[in-house]
Amino acid sequence: MIEALQYEFIQNALMAGILISIAAGIIGSLVIVNRITFLAGGIAHSSYGGIGIAIYFGIPVLLGATVFAVITAIIIAALTLNDKKRIDSIIGIMWATGMAIGIVFVDLTPGYNVDLMSYLFGSIIAVPTNDIWYMLGLDIVVVALVTFFYREFLAISYDSQFAQLRGINIKFFYTLLLILAALTVVAAIKVVGLILVIALLTIPTYLGEIFSNTLSRMMILSSIFATFFTIFGLSVSYMYDISSGASIILVAVLSLIVVKLFKK
Amino acid sequence: MNNLIDINNLSFSYNKSKVLEDINLSIKANDFLAIIGPNGGGKSTLLKLILGLVKPKSGNISSTYDKNRIGYVPQNTNLNLNFPITALEVVLMGHIGGKRPLFGYSKEELNCAKNSLEKVGMRKFLNSKIGSLSGGQRQRVFIARALCANPKIMLLDEPTASIDVKGQTEVYELLKELNKTMSIVVVSHDISVLLNYAKNVAHINKNLVYHTLDNVHKNVNSNDEHLCEVELLAALGNNPSCGCDHAH
Repeated sequence: MIEALQYEFIQNALMAGILISIAAGIIGSLVIVNRITFLAGGIAHSSYGGIGIAIYFGIPVLLGATVFAVITAIIIAALTLNDKKRIDSIIGIMWATGMAIGIVFVDLTPGYNVDLMSYLFGSIIAVPTNDIWYMLGLDIVVVALVTFFYREFLAISYDSQFAQLRGINIKFFYTLLLILAALTVVAAIKVVGLILVIALLTIPTYLGEIFSNTLSRMMILSSIFATFFTIFGLSVSYMYDISSGASIILVAVLSLIVVKLFKK
Repeated sequence: MNNLIDINNLSFSYNKSKVLEDINLSIKANDFLAIIGPNGGGKSTLLKLILGLVKPKSGNISSTYDKNRIGYVPQNTNLNLNFPITALEVVLMGHIGGKRPLFGYSKEELNCAKNSLEKVGMRKFLNSKIGSLSGGQRQRVFIARALCANPKIMLLDEPTASIDVKGQTEVYELLKELNKTMSIVVVSHDISVLLNYAKNVAHINKNLVYHTLDNVHKNVNSNDEHLCEVELLAALGNNPSCGCDHAH
């Protein structure tokens, strides 16, 4: 097990796991308390459209997915701020449309042989160094923005009408939250895949919430839990030669069950 | 003029249906106004109009001071009980946006929030998770949050909905205390409780009928200790000269 650490791809995998856990813990907490998990799921899946387009035009996949996901986030923010009642339909439509675009562009790509499965289920073992930098940048942006605007994010999450009354631009912060969620989701796709990305955003935070009486504590605990799950899940995946994404999620779910059984 | 808020010929509609029609209302300094009326009668909409959260379709609302200085306690503070937030943080939300330190909260803001909690008797719960408090305690925390705006007038939307009787009394006693230094406007269904505290009553069902409480007591059979809500509503409703032939 220890000798595995000398391989660069293992080092990268661990680094990616830790970096994405920090962002997932912080943004996941905001997603959970705002009850927009389904919305984050919509952004995650529709970002497959960006992956397909990127593959077709031969541009970096991470860039394609990022741009596509951010645009999706802005569209969803604009639509949901105007019409909250139809939000579930809107997300469902974006979800399916994005994936359909992705599939069509991948079909159209001549001699396509990119491993589609690695986007659906993650390939943390094959994280290139560039992606590590992306995740590091993401962490810095997320930590900086959430620290600086903590009181605004807390206010819009807990009581957005009152926040508006106190002069907080709730549309701006809601849109910013969705954009940060989109960036986090795209980065997390590498680690656990877009099908499992929602689990990484929700399971550690669900656990974190149980032990927290403040949002900041929930964010910190969630990041720690997420880090633990990724490292432990990776080890399991290495030892038994099974998918990293699925291992990470199952470790997280098992931990959640254990905590739920013994807490109260 | 000692009216804090004057509402003149105000009308409001959602889409095509008229919610409020030709409302005239003045809120005086140190008033304790109860706003009652049926569900969907426009009570909450009127509060939102006063707060500036929605704009009137016609007519106007003039207030003698800044809208930011109106204290507001919203409806449904029982929602979202799992939210990881302490009583202190809820109160800290009450500070007016704009001036703020680079990170977190300033010392003045923290002190002000703690003082507000002290005023409502909740200081020792400042680090409690909001969901772990009782309904009455939670409502007092929300009143403390409204106090952070240093208001001359406080608007409360159904403050005692889904709170037990003891909690309701606590809330109303607190409002009575606060009424010494500010106007209180309460939207509520608990008519019989509310009338022990209110000075004036506005019944809203699209239109507004205003009563001073002396009038109300004349209109109902006040020999009974318990005010029958049916009689009260009849007396307060659109027909102030109700015969009150309803027998107990």
